[in-house]
Amino acid sequence: MKLLYYPGCTLKTSAKNLEKSAFAIMDALGHEMVEMEDWNCCGVVASLTDDDLMHHLAPLRSLIHVEDAGENRVVTLCDMCCNTLKQTNLRVKEIPGDLETLNLFMDRENDYKGTVEVLHFLEFLRDEIGFDVIKKKVKNPLKGMKIMPYYGCMLLRPREVAIDDAEEPTILGDLLSALGAEVIDNPFKIECCGSYHTVENKELVSKRAHRITNFATERGSDAMVLSCPLCRFNLDTRGKEAEKMFKDYKQIPTYYYTQLIAIALGLDPSVCGFEEHTVDPTLLLKEKGVIKK
Amino acid sequence: MESNKEIDAIKFKEGGLVAEVEELSGENLFACYQCGTCSAGCPFIDDMDLGPDEAIRYVILDRKEVLNSNTIWMCASCYTCAERCPRDLNITKIMEALRQIVLRKKIDHTKVVKISKKEKETIPQLAFVSLFRKNIG
Repeated sequence: MKLLYYPGCTLKTSAKNLEKSAFAIMDALGHEMVEMEDWNCCGVVASLTDDDLMHHLAPLRSLIHVEDAGENRVVTLCDMCCNTLKQTNLRVKEIPGDLETLNLFMDRENDYKGTVEVLHFLEFLRDEIGFDVIKKKVKNPLKGMKIMPYYGCMLLRPREVAIDDAEEPTILGDLLSALGAEVIDNPFKIECCGSYHTVENKELVSKRAHRITNFATERGSDAMVLSCPLCRFNLDTRGKEAEKMFKDYKQIPTYYYTQLIAIALGLDPSVCGFEEHTVDPTLLLKEKGVIKK
Repeated sequence: MESNKEIDAIKFKEGGLVAEVEELSGENLFACYQCGTCSAGCPFIDDMDLGPDEAIRYVILDRKEVLNSNTIWMCASCYTCAERCPRDLNITKIMEALRQIVLRKKIDHTKVVKISKKEKETIPQLAFVSLFRKNIG
């Protein structure tokens, strides 16, 4: 299967390792992902006022270029991009008058015909490849690893663009089970990590990291898995800073789900880019014997 | 709540604040029956001046000091409140409407951000883009 891929700005810089590991596992699973041409930043947050069409331009332009490439599907790795692209896609389908306005405004682009489906990579793995297929290809099960799945906001809310149930999602837990890990449930797995407050209000985000992960570590979780580059930064880097604020808190390593799939499929850990993380994720893998010391 | 001269200068007719919020958000604020579910689920409630349900009440009662609260800026648009509201109100959009009332008067919430070079290099871009999208008109 060949899939068109929309990276978004962060996947090309602070989250290069998420992209690298995703491409590696696509290759190992026998499929191809191709970066689309002429994509632009999606704007990160979906337009939230009814009269604001301006902020739909950026995501729409990328959707037009998917159609220009002759494709009707595009996959993303970034949770926020996925959410923004999906919301714009919905808006122009629900209000054809707005689509007409946007198409007329972007007079140097082709008109958007509304044929594109936006997929998150996790949806693709679950629905098109199947976790049971991935399970059969696991050479190196994550035995002995107790991992807490963390979803954050953008994968699950608002409901119209969610890839799983907004209150009790199971997609990451199901994936972890397929990879041989033990899943530690956590009631705060769907709570916001603090998002962009990390720029001007670091302590607020460190408080969030403490609240979200402390419960899981008390239940024996020794790591967490997530999907969003900003959540990774907030729970990993800002989480480490929370150790200074809370005596009862010890930071656990964070993994992107793509990195864990790569390790479980027996790929070389170098495709995971673990050196980009603040808390070294290789230590736990070595300790559990999942990768060689 | 801190007072801000520029925000205090924004004038509304009686009932004007709720009318403007309703127009921008497309939501009927009078549907709120103050159950508190939104505040119960809000991740930032501990640091907010007013809970989301209180903010809605302030708007209905023409108490425009709600625009001075830190509530509307603490909100990270995580949609938890909107998902859980039993009246199906999209509180995320209501908060955005309140922010837009201030931002559209050219009153930005973020000044020039003083952060170290190291931070600039490690913080994911999407944090900066969303910060500027949310806090600057």
